[in-house]
Order: sequence, then C-alpha cells, then structure tokens
Amino acid sequence: MDAIPYEHGLILAAILFVCGLLGVLTRRNIVFVLMSLEIMLNACGLAFVVASARWQHAEGQIMYLMILTLAAAEVAVGLGLIIQMYRRFHTVDISVLNEMKG
Amino acid sequence: MQEWTGLLPAFPLAGFVLLVLSRGRMPRGIAGVIGAGSVGLSFLLALTIAIGVLNNGGQAYTTVLWQWMQVGDFAPGFSFYVDGLTLVMILVISGVGFLIHLYATAYMADDPGFARFFSYMNLFVAAMLVLVLADNLLLLYLGWEGVGLCSYLLIGFWYDKPENGYAARKAFVVTRVGDTSMAIGLFLLFSQLGTLNIQQMLMLAPQQWSVGSGIAVAASALLLGGAVGKSAQLPLQTWLPDAMAGPTPISALIHAATMVTAGVYLIARTHVLFELAPSVQLLVAFIGLATLLMSGFTALTQTDIKRILAYSTISQIGYMFLALGVGAWSAAVFHLMTHAFFKALLFLAAGTVILSLHHEQDIFRMGAMRRRLPVSFWCFLVGSAALTALPFTSGFYSKDEILLAALGQEHYGMLLWTGGVLGAFLTALYSFRLVFVVFFGRDRHQGSSHGEDHAHAAVMEAMSPVMFFPLLLLGLLALGGGFIHVPVDTVFGAVHEEVHASQFLHALMILIPIFGVVIAWGVYGSASYQKAGEHLRERLLAAPIGRRAYRFWFSGWGMDALYQWLFVNPFMVLARLNRKDAVDQIYGWVAQAARVGNSVVVMLQTGNLRWYAISLVGGMVLVIGLGVWR
Amino acid sequence: MTLLFYSAGAIALIATLSVILSSNVVHALVYLIISLLSVAVIFFALGAPFAAMLEAIVYAGAIMVLFLFVMMMLNLGQATEDEERAWMQPSLWIGPGLLSGILLLLFVSTLLTHDVTLAPVEVSVRDISLLLFGPWLLAVELASMLLLAGLIAAYHLAKK
Repeated sequence: MDAIPYEHGLILAAILFVCGLLGVLTRRNIVFVLMSLEIMLNACGLAFVVASARWQHAEGQIMYLMILTLAAAEVAVGLGLIIQMYRRFHTVDISVLNEMKG
Repeated sequence: MQEWTGLLPAFPLAGFVLLVLSRGRMPRGIAGVIGAGSVGLSFLLALTIAIGVLNNGGQAYTTVLWQWMQVGDFAPGFSFYVDGLTLVMILVISGVGFLIHLYATAYMADDPGFARFFSYMNLFVAAMLVLVLADNLLLLYLGWEGVGLCSYLLIGFWYDKPENGYAARKAFVVTRVGDTSMAIGLFLLFSQLGTLNIQQMLMLAPQQWSVGSGIAVAASALLLGGAVGKSAQLPLQTWLPDAMAGPTPISALIHAATMVTAGVYLIARTHVLFELAPSVQLLVAFIGLATLLMSGFTALTQTDIKRILAYSTISQIGYMFLALGVGAWSAAVFHLMTHAFFKALLFLAAGTVILSLHHEQDIFRMGAMRRRLPVSFWCFLVGSAALTALPFTSGFYSKDEILLAALGQEHYGMLLWTGGVLGAFLTALYSFRLVFVVFFGRDRHQGSSHGEDHAHAAVMEAMSPVMFFPLLLLGLLALGGGFIHVPVDTVFGAVHEEVHASQFLHALMILIPIFGVVIAWGVYGSASYQKAGEHLRERLLAAPIGRRAYRFWFSGWGMDALYQWLFVNPFMVLARLNRKDAVDQIYGWVAQAARVGNSVVVMLQTGNLRWYAISLVGGMVLVIGLGVWR
Repeated sequence: MTLLFYSAGAIALIATLSVILSSNVVHALVYLIISLLSVAVIFFALGAPFAAMLEAIVYAGAIMVLFLFVMMMLNLGQATEDEERAWMQPSLWIGPGLLSGILLLLFVSTLLTHDVTLAPVEVSVRDISLLLFGPWLLAVELASMLLLAGLIAAYHLAKK
C-alpha cells in the first residue's frame, strides 16, 4: 500500500473550497448559494480529516464533527430563511435583498 | 444628645427632600408644617445639645458620621465638630431660621411657589448647619457652596422677572470669585500641612510656620478672599444690595442673619492662621473699616427700604471684620449674634410694611406707617435702636466691645476707633432716617383707596399672629440679646485684656449715635423742622459738590460701574471677538472631514449581497497574500 | 487505497463543478450528493471510517434530504431554470474567478513546499469517543446547544 502525499489531500480540499467560493460569488439563486456554502464547509471538514490522518490523531475528526453540527444548524436556519424569503418576494433571486445599504 | 448631632442638618434636609418630591402638589398647610417644623426640630435639638455641652463645661467634641472619601493621605471625614463657637452658630441659624420660617408661612401664603420656597429654605438651613458643624475645611466648603447655591436659587425665586435672574447670577458669579480664592487656599493648606481637619491644622500651623511667614500670609489671604466674597465686604460687596430681589424672608435669613456672616465664622474658626499673619489680619481690619464707612454713606442716600437694610448689613459685617482684624474674636461673634437678631427683626418688620403696601419698597412713598402697623413700628424701632447701638440694647454691648478692642490695637488704634465711631454716627443717621420717613410724617402712599388700604392693613395685623410672634420674639432678643454670654472663651484661648478707655471716650461712644438720631429727627422727623430740613436737603443737593456726592454715594461708590468697565465690558468684547469660537472651528473641520469620508464610503455600500461577498473575499485574499508573501 | 483516493477526488471535483455550473436545482442537488459521497470515500481512504459514515448519513442523508424538501415546497419550475440560464453570463465570472484563482494559487503555493506522506492508519470509533466524552465534553454540549438553537430558529423562521 503506497502512501498518499498529504498535500494532495489538502490541495483537494482547497480546490473544493475555491469551487464553493466561486459558486457563492457568482450564483444569484439563493439555493445555489446555500449549496455552495455547504461545499465550502465540507471542504474545511476534509482538511481537518486530512490533518487528522497526517498526525494520526483523532482530534481532527472531532473538529470535523463540530463542523458537521455547524453545517446542520446553518442549513436548518438558512432553509427557513429561504422559505420566508420566497413567501415574501416570490423569488429566489438574492438581488431583491438590497435594503442593506447606507 | 451628642450622638444625635448628625440629625441637626438631617431634619431640614429631609424637609427639603419631602418638599421636592411633592413637586408642588402638597397642600400649603402641610408644606408649611414640614418647612418650618423641620427647622424647629433642629432648633430644639440644637438647644438640648447646647445645654448638654455647657453643663459639661463647654467641652468640645467631634462626631464622626462616616468616612467621606479616601485618596492616598487625603481622608476627609463626614464629621462634625462642636464647640462654643459652633453652638452659637447653630443656635442662631436654627433659632432665627425657625422664626423666619414661621414668619414666611404667612408672608408667602399667597405665592404659587410656596412649597418650592420652603424646599430651598430647608436646603439652605441644612447646608448652613453643615458649614458651621464641619470639622474639616472640605466639608465646610461643601456647606459653603451649598448656601451659595441656595442663595442663588432664592434671589432668583421670582424668576419670571429678568432683573431678578440677573441679580441671582451676579450674586453667584461675584461670590464665586471669593470661593475660587478659598479653594486655592484649601489646596495650599493641604499641600503644606497635609490635612484639612481644622483642629489639626490650627495645632500644626504654629509649629510649622513662623509668625509672618510667606505661606501663612498667602494661606490666610486666600481664605480672606473667600470670606470677603461671602460676607459682601470690599471689594466683592456689590452683589448684596442686588440680592434684595428675593422675597423678604430670604433677605432676612440668608442675606442678613446667617449666610453673609459665614465669612466672619470662617475667619473666627481659622483665627490661628490669621494670628500667624499679622499683615493679613490688619488688612481684615481695614477692609472692615472701609466697608463700614463706604456702605454707611451709601445707605444714607438710598430710597429702597430693603437696599438701605442691605447696605446696613454690609456695614455691620464691616464692624465684625474690624473686630476680627484687631483680634477681638469673641466680640466679632457676639456682634454676629446680636446682628442676626436685630437685622432679622428689621427685615421682617420691613416685610410687613412692604406686604401691607402691596410690594411698595420706596420709602418716600410710605409714611405714617406708625398708625397703621403699630406692632411693626415698635419692632422696627427696637431693631433700629439696636442697630444704632443706643444704650441697653443688644447692639450697644456688642459694638461697644468692638470699638474698645479697636482702640486697643497697637499702631492704628485711634484711626480704627475714629472710623468706627464715625460709622456708628452714620448708622444712627441712616437707620433713623428710615424710621422717620417710613413711620412718621404724612402718608405718601398713592396706591389703592385709603379705606381699602387701611382695611387690608388691619386685617393683616389681626390675621397673622404667625407673622407677629416671630417679630415680638426677635424684638425681645434684639433688646435683651446683649446680656447673653457667648460661650467662646474656650475656643479663642486667652481672654484679651480689658482696654481701659477714658470716661470721655466712653461718653463719646454713647453720645454720638444719639446725636445722629437727633439730626435724623431734625431733618426727617419733626414736623416743625421738617420745612427747614427739606430746605437744607435742597440746598445741599443744589450745590454741585453735594449733588455729585449724592450721586456717587447712591450708586454705591460707583463700584458697579467700575466693575462693569473693568471686568464685564472687556469680557463682553472678548466674547464678541470669539463669537464663532476659534477652537470649535477646528473640531468643526474634523466633523466635516468625517462627514465627507462617510459619504464616500456610503457609495460602496450598495445593498448588493454579492458585492459584499466579493469585498469580503478580496479582503481575505489580501490578508492571506500578505501572510504568505511577506 | 491511493487509487481510491485519487479516483474519489476526481469524482468529487467533477461533481462539485457540476453543482456550481448547473442550472437545474434538483440536478445540482444530486451532483452535490455525489460529491459528498465521494468525499466520504476519501475519508474512508484516509482511515477515518467514522467520519465517512457521518458524512454519508448526516451530510448526504439528512442535510440533503432537508434541501430536497425545501425544493419541493418552493416548487421552482421551468421558468426559474430559464432565468438561471440567463443569469449565467461569462462576464459575471471574471471577477470572482480571478479572486478564486489567486486564492487557490496561494493555497497551493504554500502547500507544495512540504513533503510528508500519509500512511493511512485507521482511527477507530473508540478513540474518537474517548476524546469526545473526555476532554471535548464541553464542546459536545455546546454543539447540542447550537443544534437546539438551530431547531428553534428554523421552526420560528419557517412559520407562516
């Protein structure tokens, strides 16, 4: 069984993270934005698990668990907001949320 | 009883709090009872304390209420010190104060600000008691400023008239000059002696400073500044005549009997410091002399009954300063007490006259009040006799002591004595001018119809035993107060040796006031000489020098105009020059820059969520980039 | 294992790109599930079977089902898809793409300097549990609080 260079794991995580970021920045549909956020969170989790494997220690995975919890809570709240927004504006376009300005 | 000393100022303070909390909705009866009753309780307590202390041989004691503050070595306590001097002061304040409160319940009965009036009065009594009870100068200063505040509030009591507000501000600002000097004196004393406790200070000062040393002179001169401001002596006396804008009971209590004598109390309390600075002490004597002469001349020309009494107050306090200046501490305190009696009496009697004439204060519009207000007349007569120091009245004994002590002064004895006697002559002249013009002669009041006026006066005489009881009691005190022994021998140490004056001088001191009364009668009183008197007055005023002197004296020796020219006008010019406030402009620019920057940054805030996200990421990339490629 | 890692990584990458490029929400969701499952496989390859299970159950299972439910409730039709396609202008991608590219460059440039290989040693459930209910107990409690807060907030927000 040959070894995997651990940078490769981290690079994969970085690529996934940047993909998620790209999604957040470009999409106008709020459901896609939320999904992209999930991708970014998941990429972070991946980085932690890779680190856990690198140091052969379980604490990285505990961090991953925390991120999982966070993601679950975030998705629940985010989806609730999406429903509310759809009710109020009848669209999923985040451009309608432009009240937050000086 | 000694452990209850703390309650002395607490009663009036509680009265003040109650009256303030009632916000003027309290029935007048209850407000009056609280206002007068709280001071009455203080008086009873003061009486029992005094009896206890005097039975104990006049032993002084200190009551520590609590530690006020503690900053390093500076730890003034909230504690009261009671000795003979304090006893005299608290008895005068609460006793005379109670009588005046009682009088005021009738005098102010129709005023819409009844409860407010009594709340200020109670606060004043509380502050004044703290002033005289304080065992350290900081607590004394608290009371000092407290009475100043109450004086301001009460002078401007009828605040809907602008000139009353102006008088209040003037009193506040002018006394503030003295208070600042006193505050600097306190700093100096603390930095030099390391304590503000009066008894410790009086003990330490003679050990550390030699007689006439610069520090002692500076400290006592600064304290003198405070005393001069509060007691309306030259050159800070200009506020007191204007302070008569307040209701008459205020003039009686604050601006005659108690507050204005605080300066005398301060100097008497710290007399050791003044003994260490003979030059300053001499200055005190000459300030007193100059003040009493100047205000005597001014009182001669005034036509407003309360202003005459105000100038007479200044002049009498001048006598007290004279006594302090020649080291006759107990004589000063004695005169302070008798003056409180007869001056309060005079003001209250004048108050009934003013009230019966619907707030008429010009004496030449009064006249023949003797028949209308017999009680007030007799009381006023007694007060004037005591003020003039006619034999066997209280003022006679106290002024006699002062003049004898002045005569005993080493270098300037004769000068001070002559000035004092001249002052006594002037006192007799102006006070009996007042008596004769107001209570004798024709009735010159042109108000409402005669019958109604008489009815009004009669009703007043009959209706207000509350007003006349204080008058009668004060009249008795003004007559017999000279026989009260002031228990201050233990306070001022060695009793001064008796000054033996010749029979001739004694006779002169008795006769000169009587001579003054006779002249006043000749010019203003007697019917047969009245024509001649008026003729003489006209002749005097017709002469250019006479007219000029009259105008000069009438304006209070031009002090107001001088200060207007010397301080007020330059200040106004400065204020006008700096109308736009140069310093504020700079801060204006800062605000302007912030506003412009804001409007620029606001443009970045589009409300577009993706724009925000991109900015966020841009910042993140920048920070990480800086971290990686340092 | 190495093969597993690289192939799963490739699948995850392709699936993720499909997610962000897709214009149909439900398709995107399915791609996302694929991506998550392949990450689970990567976890397994890295010797973290517990994390892999959780990824499959919680992420690909629970959370994605939640998304699906919401999609059903929103009931986005063909119109949304057309709209979505209209929004996908290339010019829109320049700025974000540039930033993301720089970020990726930064990540990779820092990561390529080291050379440590991973020897997949399996971390058992037991090890994790010992840590979770030992030194990390407080974190577990806080996580439960967070979930409770999320629950209440979601309930409140989605209410009519």
